[in-house]
Amino acid sequence: MNAIIFSATWGIVMMFSGVFAKSKSTPRWLAIAGIVLLFIVNAIELNNGQPIFFIDAKDMVRINSFNLTFLAVVFGCTLLYFLLCGKDVEKVGEHVGEYFALIFFVLCGVTLVATYNTLLLLFIGIEILSIPLYILTGSDKRNLKSNEAALKYFLMGAFSTGIMLMGIAFIYGANPNASFFINNIDLGTGQLSVMMASGLVFLLISLSFKVSAAPFHFWTPDVYDGAPTVFTSFMATIVKVAAFFAFIRLFENAFGKVHAQWQTLIVVITVATLLIGNITAVFQQSVKRMLAYSSIAQAGFMLLALFALNDRAKEGLVLYSAAYSLATIGIFAILIKMSDYTVEGFNGLGKSQPVLGLTATIFLLSLTGIPLTAGFQSKFYMLLAAVENGHHFWIVIAAVLFAAISAYYYFRVLQAIWFKPVKENVIAAADLTKGFKILLILTAIFIIVLGIYPEILIQWLYH
Amino acid sequence: MDIKAYIALSLTLFSIGIIGVLTRRNAILVFMCVELMLNAVNLLLVAFSKMHAASGIAKASVHYASDAQIFVFFIMVVAAAEVAVGLAIIVMLYRNTHSVDINFLNRLKN
Repeated sequence: MNAIIFSATWGIVMMFSGVFAKSKSTPRWLAIAGIVLLFIVNAIELNNGQPIFFIDAKDMVRINSFNLTFLAVVFGCTLLYFLLCGKDVEKVGEHVGEYFALIFFVLCGVTLVATYNTLLLLFIGIEILSIPLYILTGSDKRNLKSNEAALKYFLMGAFSTGIMLMGIAFIYGANPNASFFINNIDLGTGQLSVMMASGLVFLLISLSFKVSAAPFHFWTPDVYDGAPTVFTSFMATIVKVAAFFAFIRLFENAFGKVHAQWQTLIVVITVATLLIGNITAVFQQSVKRMLAYSSIAQAGFMLLALFALNDRAKEGLVLYSAAYSLATIGIFAILIKMSDYTVEGFNGLGKSQPVLGLTATIFLLSLTGIPLTAGFQSKFYMLLAAVENGHHFWIVIAAVLFAAISAYYYFRVLQAIWFKPVKENVIAAADLTKGFKILLILTAIFIIVLGIYPEILIQWLYH
Repeated sequence: MDIKAYIALSLTLFSIGIIGVLTRRNAILVFMCVELMLNAVNLLLVAFSKMHAASGIAKASVHYASDAQIFVFFIMVVAAAEVAVGLAIIVMLYRNTHSVDINFLNRLKN
């Protein structure tokens, strides 16, 4: 509740900061202050169970420790993102305050999709989340690739919104309670009615678009590749996990009772996503594009939560959000500093910049899912949830096999970092301040701590 | 009129929209087709709202039946916001390429 109000308000503050601030770095510090404030008000609400301002939303938003913990993860990752990449946001263009303002509006959308209890707020949340992102994607105005990415993202986003609305309309029509509240949808007994089932499928398709699950993933590589790298980092992590959260929240609360009827669809989507994401990532030369495909592959793993739909899956989703976002933000922060985005760009990084090489190693190991990292624990929770679910056991085996394939393309970068001769002039050493390196090390340490004691995050789910 | 007629009409409009999005190559026309899809949904929502109100099931909670009509206003507002951003993106593209053809973009892929 607090986070919705504060994020929207702070977005407006950031817009004015662009007008009144004399120095170019003022908006960045204001944004960091804002995200710290957001994190604190959210933590207070999580700890006390009481918001600072209470607004009677007529049950349209539902707040519990599950979504507050998720929001804490999101705000924590955004804070890290601002600290690591804030300076690079300033380099995108002239309107620094506006970029940060748009990011805060995205966060408002994230808060809405994490707490919604009606289909109306799902729709509005997804739109508040997407529209600022279209602008951020196209913010490099003179770059044709950025233009292409923005147009593609916009058209695909608007198209999937149309499909989602059709689904909502069908569900409303088929629902005898005539209500948009997701926990008040009368699914009837036995087989779903045709109208309800088509509404469900429409919603499934549109949300698959948003989380870039196969076969609706085709826009992802182009958009992630074309967008300015700082914003790709934000889109691929925080926005993606938020869309996942919306996905699982809808299907758990509204359609959890008929899980058996749509589980097969999820199985197909999960396996296709894992297959396409992992296989295509193998052939990429650019690390940025490889990370775009890897985000599709990781989405396949997160879809296992939707497949299992039990308590373990919810724990796994929060853990996965944290592990995936931390590692991806870290690796992107290193990538942004490079002038060469191909795998060769990483050649000899371990020798020329040992701190960067070492932290990049930990991030990549976490993304692969090597034990002692958060990535391993989160994948373990997801697989455990799928096993506990009891159906389609083979999907667990498939997921493990695909995780093994993912090791190939992550380890190719590792090989370049440690076993290739140093490539000169790839990285601007002047950009690498002491604070940046310390933050990278802290992130890496946090990933390892989370890999050993995942309970420090999971205990908050039951606070 | 029967609800089936409304469903058929709005599904037809929706399909025209989808086909347009998938086949048209002019960015503005694709965009108009998306708008057509949204308006098909608006029509359907209002029709369902009247259906629920007339069927009497929703009588116990009258305000639910008009929820869909409020929803339509939200769709209109969000569609307007999308138009603002979308046209800005298309204008930006036109400035750089002097074309709004989507095929042009595919040539950029190396």
